[in-house]
Amino acid sequence: MHTAALKAERPASAADAPMLSLSGVSKSFPGVRALHNVSLSLYPGQVTALIGENGAGKSTLVKILTGIYQPDEGEIRIGDDAVKLPTADAAFRHGITAIHQETVLFDDLSVAENIFLGHAPRNRFGLIDWRTMRANAREVLETMGAGHIDADARLRDLGIANKHLVAVARAMSIDARIVIMDEPTAALSAKEIEELFELIEFLKSDGKAILFISHKFDEIYRIADRYTVFRDGEMIGEGLLADKPQNEIVKMMVGRAVDHIFPEREPKIGATILSVSGLSHPTEFDGIGFELRQGEILGFYGLVGAGRSEVMQAIAGMTRTSAGSITLDGTPIAPKSAAEAIEAGIVYVPEERGRQGVVIGLPIFQNVSLPSLDRTSKSGLLRLAEEFSLARTYTERLDLRASSLSQDVGTLSGGNQQKVVIAKWLATEPKVIILDEPTKGIDIGSKAAVHGFMAELVAQRLSVIMVSSELPEILGMSDRVIVMREGRIAAVFENKDLDAETLVRAAAGIAA
Amino acid sequence: MSAIETSAAPRRIPDRLDTPLKGAVLSWEALLVAVAVAIFVINSLASPYFLNAWSLSDLTFNFTEKGLIALAMALLIISGEIDLSVAAIIALASTLMGMALQADAGTPMLVAIGIGTGLLCGAFNGLLVTGLGLPSIVVTIGTMSLFRGVAFIILGDQAFKGYPASFAFFGQGYVWWVVSFELTLFLAAALVYWFLLHRTSFGRRIFAIGNNSVAAQFSGVRVARVKFILFCLTGLMAGVASVLITSRLGSTRPSIAQGYELEVITMVVLGGVSILGGAGSIVGVVLAALIMGMVTFGFGLLNVPGIVMSIFIGLLLILVIALPIIWRRLFGRRPA
Repeated sequence: MHTAALKAERPASAADAPMLSLSGVSKSFPGVRALHNVSLSLYPGQVTALIGENGAGKSTLVKILTGIYQPDEGEIRIGDDAVKLPTADAAFRHGITAIHQETVLFDDLSVAENIFLGHAPRNRFGLIDWRTMRANAREVLETMGAGHIDADARLRDLGIANKHLVAVARAMSIDARIVIMDEPTAALSAKEIEELFELIEFLKSDGKAILFISHKFDEIYRIADRYTVFRDGEMIGEGLLADKPQNEIVKMMVGRAVDHIFPEREPKIGATILSVSGLSHPTEFDGIGFELRQGEILGFYGLVGAGRSEVMQAIAGMTRTSAGSITLDGTPIAPKSAAEAIEAGIVYVPEERGRQGVVIGLPIFQNVSLPSLDRTSKSGLLRLAEEFSLARTYTERLDLRASSLSQDVGTLSGGNQQKVVIAKWLATEPKVIILDEPTKGIDIGSKAAVHGFMAELVAQRLSVIMVSSELPEILGMSDRVIVMREGRIAAVFENKDLDAETLVRAAAGIAA
Repeated sequence: MSAIETSAAPRRIPDRLDTPLKGAVLSWEALLVAVAVAIFVINSLASPYFLNAWSLSDLTFNFTEKGLIALAMALLIISGEIDLSVAAIIALASTLMGMALQADAGTPMLVAIGIGTGLLCGAFNGLLVTGLGLPSIVVTIGTMSLFRGVAFIILGDQAFKGYPASFAFFGQGYVWWVVSFELTLFLAAALVYWFLLHRTSFGRRIFAIGNNSVAAQFSGVRVARVKFILFCLTGLMAGVASVLITSRLGSTRPSIAQGYELEVITMVVLGGVSILGGAGSIVGVVLAALIMGMVTFGFGLLNVPGIVMSIFIGLLLILVIALPIIWRRLFGRRPA
């Protein structure tokens, strides 16, 4: 058995030698350098917290460790041996297992089947020995103090916390030595988080090396022994957490070199154009109230899952609300569809460009004219000349690079697709434009074009709400910043002498 | 508006790159024209009775009724939905017309009942799909059994006969010389649907929904409303077809138009409409209707048994779904 063999290789005094170490690992994607020369060490019986902003390279690292991505350069060592992890299966067989927010388990299989999938005990005919499998499953669950989970239950019927436990049980069943937990607490209640922490303590005492990824500092300080900070795809620092005050870690996370010049502008802020009060949703957000003034860029910062996109989609008619009111230009509105919001003068440029933004399969000009069809057509009849001229006006202002306006939008790069998406909503001539992560995943040149264009928009008295998880963008573009945390507004700042640390603290709920 | 210019002047992007010839030659429609010509020639050579004005006129009856439904079905499939209940709608509409006949309804009343039933059945499908968010393939398999089941309950193994002479015009009458009322109606409807799909903002929204309904919704397209209208139109066309068939046959049996839905869908897909939604043209559907009419008529002239005909339809359906994929691999683009 390979697991037995791996066990024997385990060094006798493992306490101070890393169980897993990465060195000089780099990974690039077309146009993006995701990781550059990073290192990471995981120690047996210890929890290492991986800390960094969105886009710092954490998920790329997890994907390399679980065999989904191959590093361009660098070395991965488990114990004393250099290893390659060409597939997810190879990573699994080396004893590396990952527990994600959306763990890769099978909803329609039983708990026991999920635990033993791929290494089920066999009887003498080579068939699965169900009796032994169930018994083993029960035993594994008992050992980790999760005896309350029925081994025969279908996974679908379990809550997310119990699913995590099954994922851990699966890791235990193959004697995994390295457990990666990627935001495991994101969907858990306070009580479930406590139970997860007990389990982590158990895994520590069992000598597992644990990589713990979380945005929440209280959790990190509660459970982790060591920290590693990533920023912009580079490893910034590592060490024992006990020696390191929180604010120093925040500084390491955000203290970046300015890699991008934001447009200079002189804000000319007018009267309130949009006011939102008491906006609530049964599960996503509660009591949201703010005002947007004419010619203003209002930044919305927060962690992923803080409810920013949900609030914006509610304002733009895509999500129903349970309470609250929206007033645009003095008129109360309650848009029940995107069509109604567009009519009223509010447009939402969504975050998920591919799914919600562009219509791949249609040419550029038809994408741009889609929300404005009532204007470009006459009594329901298309007028192509109008559509082309509308598309040309807005795409050229955004400096779109395309060979013709009849080109399928799917053939454009991500940055140029984003320009088409922004052009399409601007062409409706809105009063308020909401941009959700407007520069996510696009190249630096397109970013500059989008930022320049935003400056131009507000100069023309348009009002902009910008949801962004990128601190430089928030600080570089906003006139005011609203920070959201867990579905509520946590803080509002004027963007004068505002620094990144203040925002990160507010977003994570750390007292200053 | 006065744009703040960045250092470089914006580059001008042309409306379209001019390669109309290549596009026309490599289009799916061009292939269909070639196939239609080939089948015409084969039919002429295979049977001495084919090349004759009245034979050719008879031929058109093989596709006009199904073709009328295919026009609306094309729009529905482009939007990413499907309606398998169209043949059952014909049966139900025909049955209700038969009942009205028993109550001495006149021709205008019969026509109104036929078309009205179709419209209501389509609206029922549309409500289930857009209101409850159910997948259309499941909903319309269900209503397929439901509608025809009701027809069977009403009729048993009986038949309604004795439609008035004035009612016979729709399925048996001629507008001019060999040009039947059915053919005239089909060509007129084709023109209307071509215009609707390719020249109106409603048609543009259908394409947008079929390619990415989420993005279409975000862009202010009322997706549910458009889909509901398309289900109504498809039901309506099935109602029209029911009037024509009932008029042509002069009787109603519960097994009327059995299996038509497959021929209609085959027509639509053969016409180059992507079964996944988002692409297709009315010209293609009309050509496909013509091809299927000629093939089945040719088989009839050659005394090919009916069961062979349905084997052929089945093979054709599989082939035309596979062909666009093969086409794309050969030419690197999907049929326009």
